[in-house]
Amino acid sequence: MGGRPSGGGLHRFANPGRFLRLSARVSPWLWAAAALLLAVGVPWALVFSPPDWQQGETVRIMYVHVPMAWLSMAGYVALAAASATALIWRHPLADLFAREISPVGAAVTALCLATGSLWGRPMWGTWWVWDARLTSVLVLFFLWVGHAALVRAFDDEERGARAGAILAVIGAINVPVVKFSVDFFNTLHQPASVARLGGPSLHVDILYPLLVCAVGFSLLFAALVLTRTRAAVMEKRIRQLQLAQARRQDAVAA
Amino acid sequence: MSLSRKKRRMWALALGLIGLGSATALVMTAFQDNLVFFLAPSEIAAQHPGPERAFRLGGLVEAGSVEKSVNADGRPEARFRVTDGPATVPVTYVGVLPDLFREGQGVVTLGKLGTDGMFRASEVLARHDETYMPPEVAAALKRTGHWEPERGAPPPAGSWNTMSTGGNPAASTGQGG
Repeated sequence: MGGRPSGGGLHRFANPGRFLRLSARVSPWLWAAAALLLAVGVPWALVFSPPDWQQGETVRIMYVHVPMAWLSMAGYVALAAASATALIWRHPLADLFAREISPVGAAVTALCLATGSLWGRPMWGTWWVWDARLTSVLVLFFLWVGHAALVRAFDDEERGARAGAILAVIGAINVPVVKFSVDFFNTLHQPASVARLGGPSLHVDILYPLLVCAVGFSLLFAALVLTRTRAAVMEKRIRQLQLAQARRQDAVAA
Repeated sequence: MSLSRKKRRMWALALGLIGLGSATALVMTAFQDNLVFFLAPSEIAAQHPGPERAFRLGGLVEAGSVEKSVNADGRPEARFRVTDGPATVPVTYVGVLPDLFREGQGVVTLGKLGTDGMFRASEVLARHDETYMPPEVAAALKRTGHWEPERGAPPPAGSWNTMSTGGNPAASTGQGG
């Protein structure tokens, strides 16, 4: 924040041309790293890791459910940060990023809910309960879907982006509610297994494949969002070029 | 001019979030006692909910308390006690129990507390804890006397989460972590 935008500070990253050049270099590596980690992590988790002593093979749902749950929250933090940036600094790239991350975020949250339900039925004995954890994740899903719909609901893109950014920032309150619901309220859902005091309560034979899957899915998420944002920037450029061309033709005709 | 506008927006956003955050925290604190999914046996002993009120009872299935039978209609019936340490509530349930139901396991049951002190459950859900371990590790902990699953949660994770699953389990107690 050194006075007027001068090419320094945060504005360095606001330049769409620079973003396109940089992301063109990063994105193949992201996709490759995601593919590599998932090629190792998914077979390790789904085939070679041991079953749980009491849940048996059903525990394998965790290797998808937990990364999706983490991504639904971490992705939302990224959305809220981009939205705050867009609201304060009127950062066009942040608006495009927010617009492109929300369908992906809605998808991972839906997967988290679906796999959780499939896991809950055989283990707990129910598809769904209205406890604090499950309910707050459902609210998170509605926030993702609501944001994706809201930013696309306006003819004026900028107004849509503004409304979506305000929704995203207000909705950020829900993220700590999701995280701490299992500690603050009594719930059917068990407390955290990995990020807990006293170390992870998973055996390393289960923990390591989970971490590899989590990093792999996170890289896949990042690659998807980056590719979508690149496409959105290019789309916007094409629209601007077409507009400029139309204006030139109008000028010639007049 | 443009700097002050940015700063103003930043302050407005920060103040808005602080306000919203404290409001949420206050509401959650105020509702903490009401937003419970289940009541523990000692809370029931303190609150005495009436026989008309349906609520959820949660706790551990007490070791040695489970009696399974078949009732007059030929349906499976289970009697067990749910405990949280200081207090215990006897439960009867007609129906199929979830796979994870066992002594020492967490359960959440929906039903009504009769005047005779018996909780008649219409639904029993199993609540598992946050630990995951291969069968070999669980067997080794049981064999070496470090854990009796019927009596509740396993020992601290640091004592077993790096335990080797191959070879001689007795020789390979995990390091703390």
